[in-house]
Amino acid sequence: MDRIFHGLADATRRDIVERVLRQEQSVSSLARRYDMSFAAVQKHVAVLERAGLVVKQRRGREQVVHGNPEMLRNAARLLEAYERIWRHRVQSIEDILTEEKGAGK
Amino acid sequence: MTVVDVRKDPQALTLTFVAEFAAPVERIWQVWQDPRQLERWWGPPTYPATFHQHDFTVGGRSNYYMTGPEGDKAHGWWQITAIDAPNRLEFDDGFADENGEPSTGIAATHTVVTLDATGPGARMTTVTRFASAEHLEKLVDMGMEEGMRLAMGQIDDLL
Repeated sequence: MDRIFHGLADATRRDIVERVLRQEQSVSSLARRYDMSFAAVQKHVAVLERAGLVVKQRRGREQVVHGNPEMLRNAARLLEAYERIWRHRVQSIEDILTEEKGAGK
Repeated sequence: MTVVDVRKDPQALTLTFVAEFAAPVERIWQVWQDPRQLERWWGPPTYPATFHQHDFTVGGRSNYYMTGPEGDKAHGWWQITAIDAPNRLEFDDGFADENGEPSTGIAATHTVVTLDATGPGARMTTVTRFASAEHLEKLVDMGMEEGMRLAMGQIDDLL
């Protein structure tokens, strides 16, 4: 259940990020696009803001959300680097398995 | 061992990493369960890990530190949120202060590990979700030294 929730949340958040990258949007106009409450959309925006993927600004009575392309590029670069950490990890696991096979002979 | 697939999703801050091993699922499960095996591969090369607590049960807590090249220690914790041995493991992972106390309220990552049998071997899929780019950056910084050295080497070659 938790996984499904995460999956749905991901799809919504990805959609929000793509939308605000193309053009800034107010939270209320975003809320109109999704089949969920204003509060729920606001929550997704808050998660994205904490993650650094979008920036929210108050403009008069509106809260305007826009994308953070620099942060997205940064995230892509960091994921690339984290992939190298995982490559090293699975190689180290392989080394443990191989060493064990050798010792058992 | 073969790396079968790597998927990076910057918009969701997730990394999916799929690798296949010749060993059975039960054997791969052990490298997660046994702290002495886990610490041989969890830390990046420049920051090897030491697990001084590893409570491999749902709700269980692990405490570890990684020792850097200058002898500096980076502390971390795990909290296991789901276990279905030997096929599925989920845990949160965060930074801690020197006493092992979580340094922020929020976990840096949530990881889901799935092990599937593939004939005589096992396929391991890990999905890592990062709380923020800032957390991701901190994790990468600790594993980056080797990558930096390689990059510098390449620059040397060019010169």
